This record gives sequence, structure tokens and C-alpha cells, in this order.
Amino acid sequence: MKRIALAAVLAAALAAPFAAYPVFLMTALCFAIFACAFNLLVGYAGLLSFGHAAYFGLASYATALAMKQWGATPEVGLLVGTAAGAALGLVFGALAIRRQGIYFAMITLALSQMVFFYALQAKWTGGEDGIQAVPRRVLFGAIDLGSDLTMYYVVLAVFLFCIGVVYRAIHSPFGQVLKAIRENEPRAISLGYNVDRYKLLAFVLSATLAGLGGATKALVTHIASLTDVQWQMSGEVVLMTLVGGLGTVVGPVVGAFVIVTMQNYLASLGEWVLVIQGLIFVVAVLAFRRGIVGEVLAVWQLRRARRLELAAERAALEAAPPR
Amino acid sequence: MSGAGRLPCPCGAGGGAPFRGNRPKDMFELIGIPPQALFGQLLLGLINGAFYALLSLGLSVIFGLLNVINFTHGAQYMLGAFAAWGLLSYAGLSYWPALILAPIAVAIVGLAIERLFLRRLYGYDHLYGLLLTFGIATILEGVFRQRYGSSGLPYPIPGLLSGGHNLGFMFLPNYRAWVVVVSLAVCLATWFLIERTRLGSYLRAATENAPLVQAFGINVPRMITLTYAFGVGLAGLAGAMAAPIYQVSPLMGSNLIIVVFAVVVIGGMGSIMGSILTGFGLGIIEGFTKVFYPEASNTVVFVIMAIVLLIKPAGLFGQTR
Amino acid sequence: MKATILKLLGVAAVGFGLAFAPHGVRAQVSGNVVKLGVLSDLSGTYSDTTGNGSVRAAKMAAADFGGKVLGKPIEVISADHQNQPDVGSGIARRWIDEEGVDTIVDVPTSSVALAVQQITKEKNRVFLMSGPASSDLTGKACSPVGIQWTYDTYALAHGTGGALVKQGGDSWFFITADYAFGHALERDTSEAVLAAGGKVLGNVNAPFPSADFSSFLLQAQASKAKVIGLANAGADTINSIKQAEEYGIVSGGQRLAGLLVFNTDIHALGLQAAQGLVITVAYDWDMNDATRAFAKRFMAFPESKGVPPSYIQAGVYTEVTHYLRAIQAAGTDEATAVVAKMREMPINDFMVKNGTIRIDGRVMREMYLAQVKSPAESKYPFDYLKILQTIPRDEAFRPLKDGGCYLVK
Repeated sequence: MKRIALAAVLAAALAAPFAAYPVFLMTALCFAIFACAFNLLVGYAGLLSFGHAAYFGLASYATALAMKQWGATPEVGLLVGTAAGAALGLVFGALAIRRQGIYFAMITLALSQMVFFYALQAKWTGGEDGIQAVPRRVLFGAIDLGSDLTMYYVVLAVFLFCIGVVYRAIHSPFGQVLKAIRENEPRAISLGYNVDRYKLLAFVLSATLAGLGGATKALVTHIASLTDVQWQMSGEVVLMTLVGGLGTVVGPVVGAFVIVTMQNYLASLGEWVLVIQGLIFVVAVLAFRRGIVGEVLAVWQLRRARRLELAAERAALEAAPPR
Repeated sequence: MSGAGRLPCPCGAGGGAPFRGNRPKDMFELIGIPPQALFGQLLLGLINGAFYALLSLGLSVIFGLLNVINFTHGAQYMLGAFAAWGLLSYAGLSYWPALILAPIAVAIVGLAIERLFLRRLYGYDHLYGLLLTFGIATILEGVFRQRYGSSGLPYPIPGLLSGGHNLGFMFLPNYRAWVVVVSLAVCLATWFLIERTRLGSYLRAATENAPLVQAFGINVPRMITLTYAFGVGLAGLAGAMAAPIYQVSPLMGSNLIIVVFAVVVIGGMGSIMGSILTGFGLGIIEGFTKVFYPEASNTVVFVIMAIVLLIKPAGLFGQTR
Repeated sequence: MKATILKLLGVAAVGFGLAFAPHGVRAQVSGNVVKLGVLSDLSGTYSDTTGNGSVRAAKMAAADFGGKVLGKPIEVISADHQNQPDVGSGIARRWIDEEGVDTIVDVPTSSVALAVQQITKEKNRVFLMSGPASSDLTGKACSPVGIQWTYDTYALAHGTGGALVKQGGDSWFFITADYAFGHALERDTSEAVLAAGGKVLGNVNAPFPSADFSSFLLQAQASKAKVIGLANAGADTINSIKQAEEYGIVSGGQRLAGLLVFNTDIHALGLQAAQGLVITVAYDWDMNDATRAFAKRFMAFPESKGVPPSYIQAGVYTEVTHYLRAIQAAGTDEATAVVAKMREMPINDFMVKNGTIRIDGRVMREMYLAQVKSPAESKYPFDYLKILQTIPRDEAFRPLKDGGCYLVK
């Protein structure tokens, strides 16, 4: 059942650029990567980072710089961006994980604001203009990324890779320990796990993937700008993950697509998009904390439990028919 | 993607080097800093600090007593400014009545928010409260942007307070001096109310052990609602006071809120005096930075916050909860 | 499933059709419609001087032309770039890739215009600029299909800068909006001041946009410069001037130079605060009968709220008109052909007589030095400016060889 669904989604993904504007799809995919990376930290490790835009945005700038000024090829460009995200994640993560809960969130916010003001003032980031006209060039010496269609498949591949990494990380002993830490940190410590090491690893992994998302986005949109490092961007990824479903694998993907689609197709409504986003946030927090995917899964579980219950009842009836 | 626009920061931040000589020939390079510039910037810093203190006071009251991180604070500050503007434009009420009415109006909005939304989340992780108030802030900002655009509306300085005095090292506008005075007065009055009166002690007790206090017959939920409304009203007051000098714009709260959070965290989430002192202190430090190292003036608050959080996570004056 | 297969087949069919269609048959007007996209700031700091007024001006131009060109309808669409280069470039790309837009119009805010210039250059679409100010758009960022129609920082700088130095303001300090436009304006004005024999004492970069200029004004005051140059625009300029009054800058003896000021800014400031300001404009709505006639028609729309067109909005009207004429003459809406025709045909409208377009995309037109009237001198709403002198074309704009545009051999 699951396999068929997966195959159908994959087929749809492969055919999608013929039905919708490829750049829009690619942007959604980049944000999906960002959201998945964020979800790894918040949904699985239980750490709400309110400054994740720093890794996404800095990577975007780094890739743009590499492509435009250093004449790099896209694979090098992506690597530079991802490495930037990872490095920043390592430094910031080491600082932030020393605290928990709301203090952790506030530290990440402070650190990301520093990145924002750095980006605003540094010469190489171009301030208000950003880094424009970022070239895509030729990937691995063979694939010309100039065409949006080709680029789409490359981005899809990157996205699938990221989701694969997240999935493997979650369904691994490492992932189980993270879950344990999230549920009951003191107990995890008492069991002998080096909790800080695990949290840092999760943080760096999350920052790295967020960086990959940002790097890809710079190539897709040909621009790296201050929007990518603003704290509102950090808020948006929280929104995407919350709407899609915290702690589910595909939740953030769904959330990212919903939000990006909304921003794109409701753009003519101007500022009402902000209002709608806020409303979704409020409703999600008050009533749908599990997010779209979370709710769907919950309903599914419920149905399944119901079905099993019915089946058990029937079996019991058959085994001992009423006299 | 977020479409928020580059937000005007009323914190007077972000200067470049004061006398950057990047022109050829005929350059007047300043080596030392004249005392005039220093004192002037410090005084400006104090004025900014007054706003920081007033705003962080409200936030601190709300977090300290309710354990709720009120991300809507910036939007409520904006509402206060718009309330003042609205009272002038539609009801012809001048600054002075607006100074009373605007905070009350915003407090009523706060009351509604607490009653309808926040109350449902008290049982959960207080990060949900943050997310909820973040969502409400987005809604408020979006609605006002839709209705009033982003460029801002003018609001005149009240006649009584216009003009200024030449202090020798700078010309101090009367209105800005007024801001400092009011801010100090309100801050100290609030501190006194919470730390030294019986009502304040009920509030503080309710934070520690709500059921017990309720058992004594005190209506705790109502107290909580009123406390939230009070904190929000403080934000509204700050907004009404900001209207004559900063553009009344839907975006005015957004950037300020982040700095104010930093102030509250540094001062100690829950410590009233901590927020007041840090607010004014930060304004002055920012003023200093603008003279000696202007590029860092935006970032200095966050650097301090990160350092404080690492060394003393409860803040300079706070207690760990 | 079936729908998707059918869609795929449909796309394939169209693709084959287009690939094999003979070139002559390929529509002379692409997509059978001439589509203009007005990309402007609809809700932010420049929305009053450009924004929906620019959209209206473009629609007026299309309607006045008859609503059709070469037998095909003219369509005007619009979007809000929110003063952000990533939003603007995203919209521009989508318009060109997906919606068949042939020309992008207006685009205030130089950082966005720079991004759109790159895109239109790459995809060979006409870019009719009226809103952006940076002179780099016809300099090192020039494009064969980009035309800067109305004004630029060089014109503003040399007009106002030169005039003020002549009046005795020979030492300057700049408060600069920290983005492409602000820096270009500061650079050009500094050059003008130095060329006229003045000195530049320094500058301070203010984030764009800022609401509080106290700190910067204080620094300007401390510099003791005779003129404080406001290298910013829109709400920033209004705030700077208002707060300068608060701090007693003008009464202290320093002059304010508003380098980019529009009627709407003067309106927001009030004549009491703004009187005496010397500014450079591309036109004033009240200059002559022809301009008054256009303004009257523009204001007939209720959405205008009785505000006469700014020179950017008037610029949009005239550039769209000239563009449509060029399409008619060229027989196609292909970008390079149309731009070539636009260069061939002299520009004649209520704003300029026998105007020309240079190879770097710069429209050569007169600029005007104007002064804001005092409250007593102003007789009716928006009667704000008196024209002091006309600046001839060759003096107003940067010499061709100095721009660094690669198209200039």
C-alpha cells in the first residue's frame, strides 16, 4: 500500500514540471528541504531553534559568491554553501545546546540576528541588493543547468537525497536516542548517553541540510538576498513544519508546498497572504498541533485500530458463537 | 519569500562610520571623537533606551507572571501608535487624551487575546504560547499593512512639547526629553506596584502556586487576564508615545520586538527591575557603540544576549525557573 | 491519470508544432497580445510616487493608443515587488517564462531594477524604466534592451549639487540610504560638488528604510558642513527633513539638500517645512498647458485622490506610448527590433520635444531646477514648485564615454 503511494508520488514529481511552472516547484522543493532539516531538530530532537534562517541564508550567500565571483561549477557551489551551513551550525550549535527550552530558542534567535546584521553590512553580500544574477553553469561537466526543466530534476534529486538522509537518521539508533532525549532528557543521561554530543550532532546535521536547501535555492532563483537571513524566514520554516506536521517525515514537505503555493498564487491578494499565514499559524497552534500529515496519520491510526478491533470482535464471535 | 520588506528600525541604529573619508582629496579626517558627538549620541541612546525599557517592561511582566512569551508585543506597540493616530484623525482627539485612551484600547485587545486564545495553551509547553502570539502578530501586521500600506502616516508633535533646548553639546527636542521622563515614571511605578504592593504580591504568589492562591479565594484567572492586559497596555503606551517621532507604520513593531526580547532575556525574564535597567543600559551602550564602532551598533545587543545566556541563562537579574 | 497523460500529449504536440512551424508564420506579435507588466512598489515607501499611479498611467497610454497595436490587443498587468530584489526578480522571471510578458515597466528601487535589467537582458525583453534612479543602469549595468526614461542620480546630483554650491553651499555631509540608489546618488552628487569647487566632509550610511534619523542628523550637525545632502528618497527623506526640524538643524544654519523629492513628499511635509528646498525634477505637472491637460485626465480617475502625476508616473505614460508607436512602426514586438525603432523615432510628447535615446539606454531630455514655494506663494492644491531654470540635455546627463557601459565603443 505504502509502496504504491510512494511510486505514485514519485511519478507525479517526475511529471510535475510539465504541468506547473518549474521555478515555482523548485522553490517549493528548496523550502521543503529547509523544513525537513528544521523538523529533524524540532520534531525529533525536540529543540525549537528560532534562528534557522541563518544556515539557510548564509549557505545561499556562500553559493552565490562561489558561483558568481569564483567562477565555480554548480557541484562546487553547492558544496561551498552546504559547508558554510555546516560550519555555522557547528559553532552556533555548540553555543546554543548548553541551554534548554526557551533559552535555547532565544540564543538561536540572537545568533541568527547577528548573521542578519553581518549580511546587511558585509561588502560581499551586497547589502540590500543581495548577490544577483547568480549563474548556474554546467553540472559535473555534462548537465547544463540553464534550462529550468533540467534544473528541476537536479533539484528533485537533491531533495530526495535530503529526505533520504533525514529518514535514515530518524530510523537509526541515533534517531532512537534523539527520541529518548526528547521524551526524557534526565533519564537518557542516567542511561549513560552523552546527551550533548547527540544534540550537537542533530543540530549540525539539521544546519547542514538547511544549508543545502539554501545553496540550491540560490541556484534556482539566481539570487541570494537579505530575505533569506531575516528572522521572519525563521518564523516561516516553523510555520511550514507546524502546518505540515511536526515529527513526521513528509509533514514538512507538505507544509512547505502549502505555504509556497499560497504565497505564489495568492500574491495578487497582497498583504492578505500575511494575514492568512498568521491565521493558519494560530489555528494550527490552537487546534491542529499535529499538522496536516499528523492529523491524517492520526485518523489513519484510529481507523486501523478500529478495524483491528472489529476484526478481533468478529473473530471472537466466530470462535465462540452465541448459544 | 516572506515578503516582509526591509523594516524601518526606530531604534536609531545602523550608522556607518561617522566621518568615512571615501572621497578623493580635500578630506576632513576626524581622528579623535569630540565630546559633543559622544554626549549627543549618549543622550540619543538614553532616549532609545526609554522605549526599550517601556516595552521590555510589558514583556517582562507578562513572562514573569504568566510564563507566556508575548511575541505580539511589537504588534501591540504598533496598535498603540495607530490608536493615537486614529483618535486624532477620526475623533479629533489630541495627543493628551490619546495618551490615556490608546493604551486602554490596546489593553482591551490584549484582554480579548488572552481570554480567547492564550488561555487554552496554559497546559502546554510555553513554546506554543510563543508560536501563537507570533501568529497573532503576523495577522495584525498583515491587516494593517493591507489597510494602511507600509509607508507610514504622520502624527504631529503636541504643541506643548515642540521645540527644544540647546544644551551646548546638542540640541535636545522637548518631546524626546518628555519620553525619557514618562518612561522612567511608568517603569518605576510598575516596579513599585508589583514588588511592593499587596496586589503585586498576590500576582507573584499566583505565579508560584496558582491553586493555593486560588484556594485563598483570589480569582487567579481574572488576575492573569488583567496582568496580560496591563502588560499589553504598556506596549500600547509606548506606541502612542512613539507616534509623534517615528512614522506610524504597520511595520514599526517588527524589528523592535526582537531587540526588546533581547533586552528582556538579558535583564532576566521575570525580573521587572532587570528589564528596566537593561533597557536603559542597552540604549546607552548602543549610543557608545555608535560613536566608536558604528557598524556593530545593531549587533551589540545580540552579542550581549548570547554571552549572558551562556554564562547566566536566567539573565542578569533573574532566577531560573 | 488520464488527464495527466492527455496534458502531456498536448504539451508534446504543441512543442512539436512550435519547433517545426516556419519562422515567418511565428506571430509577429508574440502570443497574439502585447503584454506589459508594470512591476512597482504598490504598498511601500514609493507607492505614492509610483505604485498604482504608474499602473494607471500605463493603462491610460494603452487606451489612448486605441487598445490595440498591429491588430492585437494590449494588456497591462501589474505586481508588487515590495522593494525586494528576490521578489521582483521572481515575478519578472515568471512573467516572462509563464505569462508571455513582452515588456517590464517602471520598477522603482534601484536594487530591484538592477536584477530585472539582468533578466530582461538575458531573455531579450524590453525594460522600460521610469522609477529607478541609479545611473549605473545606463552605466556599468547597461543593457541593449533597457531604457532609462525619466531621470537618474547623475541628473539629480549635478542639478541640485551644482546649484547649491554656486549659492555658497560648498561643504557637504551626506546621509545615505544604504542601497544601490543611495550610494549612486551620493557618489554622483559628491562628484558634482567637487567639480563645482566644493568639499565633501563625510557621510553616514543609514539602513534602508529608517524611521529615526536622530543619530545621523547629529553626526551631520557635528560635521559643521554647510549643506547636509539627503541621499535618500520617499519616506526616508520626509523623516530626515521632519526630524531635522526637531533638532534645529536648519535654524542652526545648515541647509538641507533633498536630492530626490516629489510633490507627494512636499505634500506630506507641508509647505511650511519644505519651503525653499531646491530640487531637480524631470517635469512639473503644472509647467505648461500640455502637462496640465495630462494631469487633469490623470486626476479624473477617483483612485488618484486628486494627486497629480509625479514625473515617474508621467514618464510611464510617455514611455509606453513611444514603445507602442515603435511596435507599430517596426511591425513586430520582438525586443531588439522595437528598441531599434524607439531609437530611430524622436520622442515627442507633453514632457519632451525631439527627445532621443542613446546607445546606453539613456533618454536625453531637459531637466528642471525648481524651488518649493512658500505657503503664501501657493495658490491651489499641489501648486508647490516654481521652475528656476532649465538644464539642457547634454549638461543634465553623464557624457556617454564616462559611464562604463560596454555598449559604448
